[in-house]
Amino acid sequence: MAFAYAPAPESRAVVDIAPSYGLFIDGEFREAAGGKVFKSISPSSEEVLSEVAHAGGDDVDAAVKAARTAYSSWSALPGAERGKYLFRIARIIQERSRELAVLESLDNGKPIRESRDTDLPLVAAHFFYYAGWADKLSYAGWGPDPRPLGVAGQVIPWNFPLLMLAWKVAPALACGNTVVLKPAETTPLSALFFADICRQAGLPKGVVNILTGDGSTGAELVAHPGIDKVAFTGSTEVGKAIARTVAGTDKKLTLELGGKAANIVFDDAPVDQAVEGIVNGIFFNQGHVCCAGSRLLVQESVADEVLDSLKRRMATLRVGDPLDKNTDIGAINSAEQLARITALADSGEAEGAERWAPACELPSTGFWFAPTLFTGVTQAHRIAREEIFGPVLSVLTFRTPAEAVEKANNTPYGLSAGIWTEKGSRILWMADKLRAGVVWANTFNKFDPTSPFGGFKESGFGREGGRHGLEAYLNV
Amino acid sequence: MSDAKSERLSVFKTYKLFFGGKFPRSESGRVYEVADAKGKWLANAPLASRKDARDAVVAARKAFAGWSGATAYNRGQILYRIAEMLEGRREQFAREVADAEGLSRAKAAAVVDATIDRWVWYAGWTDKIGQIAGAANPVAGPYFNLSTPEPTGVVAVLAPQESSFLGLVSVLAPVIATGNTAVVIASERAPLPALSLAEVLATSDLPAGVVNILSGKAAEIGPHLAAHQDVNAIDLTGAGASQTAKELEIAATGNLKRVLRPQPVDWAADPGTERLLAFLETKTVWHPIGV
Repeated sequence: MAFAYAPAPESRAVVDIAPSYGLFIDGEFREAAGGKVFKSISPSSEEVLSEVAHAGGDDVDAAVKAARTAYSSWSALPGAERGKYLFRIARIIQERSRELAVLESLDNGKPIRESRDTDLPLVAAHFFYYAGWADKLSYAGWGPDPRPLGVAGQVIPWNFPLLMLAWKVAPALACGNTVVLKPAETTPLSALFFADICRQAGLPKGVVNILTGDGSTGAELVAHPGIDKVAFTGSTEVGKAIARTVAGTDKKLTLELGGKAANIVFDDAPVDQAVEGIVNGIFFNQGHVCCAGSRLLVQESVADEVLDSLKRRMATLRVGDPLDKNTDIGAINSAEQLARITALADSGEAEGAERWAPACELPSTGFWFAPTLFTGVTQAHRIAREEIFGPVLSVLTFRTPAEAVEKANNTPYGLSAGIWTEKGSRILWMADKLRAGVVWANTFNKFDPTSPFGGFKESGFGREGGRHGLEAYLNV
Repeated sequence: MSDAKSERLSVFKTYKLFFGGKFPRSESGRVYEVADAKGKWLANAPLASRKDARDAVVAARKAFAGWSGATAYNRGQILYRIAEMLEGRREQFAREVADAEGLSRAKAAAVVDATIDRWVWYAGWTDKIGQIAGAANPVAGPYFNLSTPEPTGVVAVLAPQESSFLGLVSVLAPVIATGNTAVVIASERAPLPALSLAEVLATSDLPAGVVNILSGKAAEIGPHLAAHQDVNAIDLTGAGASQTAKELEIAATGNLKRVLRPQPVDWAADPGTERLLAFLETKTVWHPIGV
């Protein structure tokens, strides 16, 4: 039985997007030295939202210089004072969270339900958490006087634009560093709004600098000799290139990269809960999640039951307008990403896996991909090995816990994993054996500022969040 | 019976590699001359090849599940046992370190004592590092959330070139204390204390393959270990020239090894926890709380 829903759009009136934005360097917006600009579009409508400056080498240089100049006074500021700036920022984000949520859904394509209920609360919480660390670093476990590193170059992805900014900027500033941050090419706007929040908070100029641009801007930034730290979240391929760039320098590096997480369902798991977990694991944020549960490993004896239930549930997912409060799955972030998802899904079919998607009407403009699952997947298939970064689930089966571990770990990645079982000792045994940085048992895709996040193996190194997250920004 | 004291001809030791719990010669059949600080010939040491390095990695990988799965208490007992075995061989190592590093016997004895004490220091860390590096995280919701450190895996260690024994143990012990397994390239010029250490390791209940020791040229074997897809981390302490270290770091990016860059170290100083923490991964487990 299909339920008809009336449209329930969140108002766009709460956000005022300027027709153009400059680079935020040394406390002021300015045009790129080379005068280059690019457009940021809404992936759900392909409407141009704004035109932003494209930073080149001279702009990177100017931003790094501004950050260096600001560093001497910022790092010398008592921790309590730095913390108070961060508390201000956290509070302003809370005040402006509806505006920022709508902006994020417009620029990124994610459902307002997620930007409003997940991204923005976590962004504010992250600043609030690290604000409190700024004057307590001597208690963090690295001796009586851990020092900041200097200027941090930070490059973030498009899947959680403002949240990734928070994960990078909050601990960096709390520890006394200054930052030059480059948001993703397709989602520059929330970082530019954050620049305005820094202004409202009275943050000293040059402490936060925002450079919009593309991959070339990011490459210029991480290669700049004037930075002391590189933090990157994105693909493993780019992560490796960055690691090569900083090799042989004194720059400290942390990388949060791709994943191909196994979500493992045992025969004793409550099916309805597990199905909710599977759906959340792979369809949250259109599957644009590095820790997405993109490989479902289901115990053979319950595979049919779980899949029947999963398909029923998938048929109720509502794909469409990101600003509609009933939307479960929004737009794919870009035409480029849609092409990648499409190509990988096609390879699944070509390699012999069976494709299924619910009947699903997709909007005629924008970039969309129906929630999709593949059965009959083997470990050799590309859809079982490569990160798709979209709403595509590959289903494999197993018979014993040992086989589940073997298959789950059979990947160069090691970011996250899920376990669904009622048996406590089995959860702990599995959690012990899985080579992944975050293990969700009977839940999935949970995040918290106090909880360290980051991967094993080729999913990167270093942790963001929690006490552990400070280490990335301290000279320890 | 003659009163005259006859000169007894000493028995030389054939120094060998150590991997998988065994003492093979280099598969390449190569050796190189090792001399003391004054240039006097001491022994022929195996000149390990790329194949030896790969075999050592296989041994280290095979040992990883058992060693990382052993209790921290058990690992501590074994590391302490290594110190006990060393204590009984102080004279031998003092002689070897004196030859290797050109130290007086008294200074060499002090180095050996410091080395034994370093094993004791790290033996005591095995069941404490988890409490220092882990955390119970107060998340904003009804969830149990626990972060624990876990060993990174197989760690390639380029041991310091100068400090052939204290430096070697200072880089090796923290790697295995936390549950990693190691493939070590000993000091090229002074490998004999490392190769003799293998005899101690082999008689200390340390499972085969947990520590594997190669002698030879770091410049020859290092790049293969740095690029090896089944090595998870590399300590570049002994890489020497910065250009070499840079090249090895670049090779290590192929599978995103954790890299400990070379840095000046005072081996006699309190080592702190840096090297224990360098080859640990933090795993965070969530579970809902409910009735």
